[in-house]
Amino acid sequence: MKYAYYPGCSLECNAAAYDMSVREVADLLGIRLQEIDDWNCCGATEYFSQDELTATAVIARNLALVDPQLKQVVAPCAACYLNLKKTDRLMAEHADFNQKVNEALAAGGLHYRPGTVQVRHMLDVICDDIGEAAVRDKVVKPLNGLRVAPYYGCQVVRPYPGDENPEYPMKMDHLLSWLGAEVVDYPVKAHCCGGHMTQISEPQAFELIRRLLQSAQDYDADLIVCMCPMCQLNLDGYQGRVNGYFNTEFKLPIVYFTQIMGIAFGLDPKKLGFGKELVAALPVVRAKVNGLAAQAAQ
Amino acid sequence: MAERVGIYVCHCGSNIAGMIDVEEVARWAGQSIKDVVVSRDYKFMCSSLGQKLIEDDIREQGLTRVVVAACSPHLHEKTFRRACQNAGLNQYLCQMTNIREHVSWVSTDRQKATEKAKALVAAAAERVKHQRPLEQGFVKVNPATLVIGGGIAGLQATLELADAGYPVYLVEREPSIGGHMAQFDKTFPTLDCSACILTPKMSEVGQHENVKMFTYAEVEEVSGSVGCFKVKIRQKARHVIFEKCTGCGICVEKCPRKVVDNVFEAGMGYRKAIYTPFPQAVPRTPVIDTANCTWFTRGKCQVCSKVCPTQAIDYDQKDEIIQIEVGNIIVATGWKLFDCTRIPQYGYGRLANVFTNMEFERMCNAAGPTGGKIVLRDGKTEPRRIAIIHCVGSRDVRHNQYCSAVCCMAALKFGHLVLEKTKAEVYSFYIDMRTPMKDYEEFYQRLLEEGMHFVRGKVAEVTDAARLPDEQGSLIVQVEDTLLGTQRRIPVDMVVLMAALEPQADAKELGLKLGISCSMAGWYTERHPKLDPVATMTDGVFVAGACQGPKDIPASVAQGAAAAARVAGMITAGKVTIEPIIASIDEQKCSGCRICNNLCPYNAIEYDEEKGVSRVVAAMCKGCGTCVSACPANAITGAHFSNEQIAAELEGILWDAIADGRPASAAPDGSKAPQSTPVGAA
Ligand SMILES: Cc1cc2nc3c(=O)[nH]c(=O)nc-3n(C[C@H](O)[C@H](O)[C@H](O)COP(=O)(O)OP(=O)(O)OC[C@H]3O[C@@H](n4cnc5c(N)ncnc54)[C@H](O)[C@@H]3O)c2cc1C
Ligand code: SF4
Ligand code: SF4
Repeated sequence: MKYAYYPGCSLECNAAAYDMSVREVADLLGIRLQEIDDWNCCGATEYFSQDELTATAVIARNLALVDPQLKQVVAPCAACYLNLKKTDRLMAEHADFNQKVNEALAAGGLHYRPGTVQVRHMLDVICDDIGEAAVRDKVVKPLNGLRVAPYYGCQVVRPYPGDENPEYPMKMDHLLSWLGAEVVDYPVKAHCCGGHMTQISEPQAFELIRRLLQSAQDYDADLIVCMCPMCQLNLDGYQGRVNGYFNTEFKLPIVYFTQIMGIAFGLDPKKLGFGKELVAALPVVRAKVNGLAAQAAQ
Repeated sequence: MAERVGIYVCHCGSNIAGMIDVEEVARWAGQSIKDVVVSRDYKFMCSSLGQKLIEDDIREQGLTRVVVAACSPHLHEKTFRRACQNAGLNQYLCQMTNIREHVSWVSTDRQKATEKAKALVAAAAERVKHQRPLEQGFVKVNPATLVIGGGIAGLQATLELADAGYPVYLVEREPSIGGHMAQFDKTFPTLDCSACILTPKMSEVGQHENVKMFTYAEVEEVSGSVGCFKVKIRQKARHVIFEKCTGCGICVEKCPRKVVDNVFEAGMGYRKAIYTPFPQAVPRTPVIDTANCTWFTRGKCQVCSKVCPTQAIDYDQKDEIIQIEVGNIIVATGWKLFDCTRIPQYGYGRLANVFTNMEFERMCNAAGPTGGKIVLRDGKTEPRRIAIIHCVGSRDVRHNQYCSAVCCMAALKFGHLVLEKTKAEVYSFYIDMRTPMKDYEEFYQRLLEEGMHFVRGKVAEVTDAARLPDEQGSLIVQVEDTLLGTQRRIPVDMVVLMAALEPQADAKELGLKLGISCSMAGWYTERHPKLDPVATMTDGVFVAGACQGPKDIPASVAQGAAAAARVAGMITAGKVTIEPIIASIDEQKCSGCRICNNLCPYNAIEYDEEKGVSRVVAAMCKGCGTCVSACPANAITGAHFSNEQIAAELEGILWDAIADGRPASAAPDGSKAPQSTPVGAA
């Protein structure tokens, strides 16, 4: 199966591990990703709050650049995914707005007809298009013994939840169980990580981060897997600051779901970007997954 | 000889005249439709003056056909048919066409609406000329009645009829009658003991000489129609011989197999594999739950048969099909509880101390699993703070849009019981407090005074993810308090979810058997929401209680009694008219292929072996027309829906598309058109 691929800016820098693991896992599962030529930034949450038309036009440019042979675009980053999806919807639902956006695109010799490209998240592609049997088939090192807390955040499940319950999504839970992990059913899996709140008000942001870590820890999670660079940054990058602020001792590794898939598929951790996170994940994975420690020692 | 047609276009005040130029329609019809001798418009055709217009015209102008363009035939077809009959014209020579619900109420363009009304009038006029006089038949009403569902609504209906001297068959799916009311401790707003007011009615039904009760039974098949329904009842195998069992209960006592009781105890308690659902069950005869009995599952045990003093246990008993005949049917199948796991953010099934309202009812009940003690899931700890969340699955576009009507009051009842039985603080989280019936608002006032806390706002989530030190180990209710205008987190030990009332899972299926329909939400549809709340569109089938929509006990009882009164009325009248609009088979043309026999949804076609032809049983035919269209030999005619009538109707409706812009039968040149009669000029 072939999809257009929109990595987005984060995946080129702070979330390079996500990009690496997505490509590795996709390769193994026979998902062919064709990166959009000359893609540009989706504007994250900022553009939209400044000027809707400009923001939409900037994002729509990416949709317009999708190879006409391909009907679907995959975005691993939650913000990119939401922005692309929202843009397509806005253009589909408001004819005059659509016209204005296309006037802007025309300046660059481009055109986008809403509905032409279906925007998908990597998780949906793996769970729905590839499916349980094919995923299970690739598992060579089941994650037995590892307690994994799936963390969904906001932007993939809201406001476009698809067939998921927006307050209590399950897809990543299912995926992790196919990998043999013990899935932690904790209450905050779709709560907000604070997004860019760290830049605005640290006390607020830290509290939001703290309760995610706290709940995962209360439910004996060894590790949190996420599906968004922003979430990963907040939970991992700020974990030390949160510990300082609240006098806590969290030491929870935060990795992308594709990274943990790669482990179960027996791929080389280096190629999956392990080691780029601040709270080291590999030692925990090796210690908990039955049989992995022995293998590593050999 | 040409027919003499009268056309009457109603204004319905401004209901029709506000959107349709009724005068123009009448004028046009008078001029353009062939054989029309009178064409009028009038303010209210259904008024006595309106009816008199028709009657006078029939007498004075010698009308042979009448068309009334007005509202739905559901409302006034009888009125106008009667007017015709009064003036000596057979009532089936009167045709109504609906220009209100079908035109004025659903249109925004006056010109187009007027054109559509003309087309409908033309259709009715062309059709009516081909209609034939018909005579109504009668069937005798069987005085026996079937009541389906033995909850409080069904019990009330049963007793009203039985006390009036009429035989009643009561079919209940569970091993005992009683319904949901049997599970409650107290009933709002008076707080009388539920069992104390229910069980006398149960035993009265159980012992009534006019009542034949089938418990642990279901309706399998219904045929026939009002006055003479034939019903097949499936009596599920109890494995206990009803006639031999004395109800001593020794088998239940000795049965070694304990099972979680998900029905009566709402999963909070246990019963045996052989059981009666509760001590006051009617009948006292137990049933064996074969899915759990170790004799049936593993071929070991038979303790019950060894201890039974009357040899009443019969492991080989089979389901039995019983045939009965009744004149009327009352459906009182009640409601089922919303599945709270569908709202995962409230934690039911995941957080131990989140309970449903029915679990809490059982907990409050002195005969229940905790002996009436309000305790946490561990069975011993008394909660210090309890949250009651309203509207769980109700008033929520993602689940049910309707208000479940009883849960605000039940929440107040729970608040009272908590304050009476424990030292706990109790919170109600409500969106709006709905206490509209007699003495209900007063009960709310009482709880305000008793010290229940009320927080107005929809709860976002119930979580065990603590944030603040005093939240540790608690369930936290996160809510927007819309009166304070702030977010609140309230730590509690126990949460009770006021889950919605939903239609029974098999409501649609049973509805199909009975020929009654369900609303979008799944509740049975009444004939008229205001004026005919217990009848249905199917004659002889009535609904009562919560199966027609969420309601409290007083309203369910009132409907049970109302349905019984309607049925008693039919029995007293002794006969019902049957519409002559039925199919008939021309024996000359019938080849005896029998295709129609199996197609008829009402089993109304029988086969005459001797003559080798099929025949329609008039009393059972509903005139649906299925057989008419299926007969390969064109041998079947649907009275009042003959091919020529329908073809004429089509020609009428397409009058402007037909070549010369006139109805097919309209005069080709204006000269032969009849005189239009100005309003009131006759
Ligand atoms: C938590 C809670 C507390 C409540 N407390 C009160 C209160 O204090 N006061 C009050 O006025 N109201 C109260 N109510 C409302 C009350 O439950 C209803 O008004 C009442 O149950 C309606 O009675 P019913 O006979 O229509 O239905 P039900 O009580 O539901 O009875 C229906 C019967 O039909 C049977 N049945 C269903 N389908 C079939 C079938 N296909 N064939 C044969 N039998 C069938 C069922 O087994 C059942 O016995 C409460 C409701 C809830 C949820
Ligand atoms: S045979 Fe079945 S019902 Fe009878 S006592 Fe044994 S387990 Fe109970
Ligand atoms: S009765 Fe009260 S709790 Fe029940 S649905 Fe209506 S408003 Fe909500």
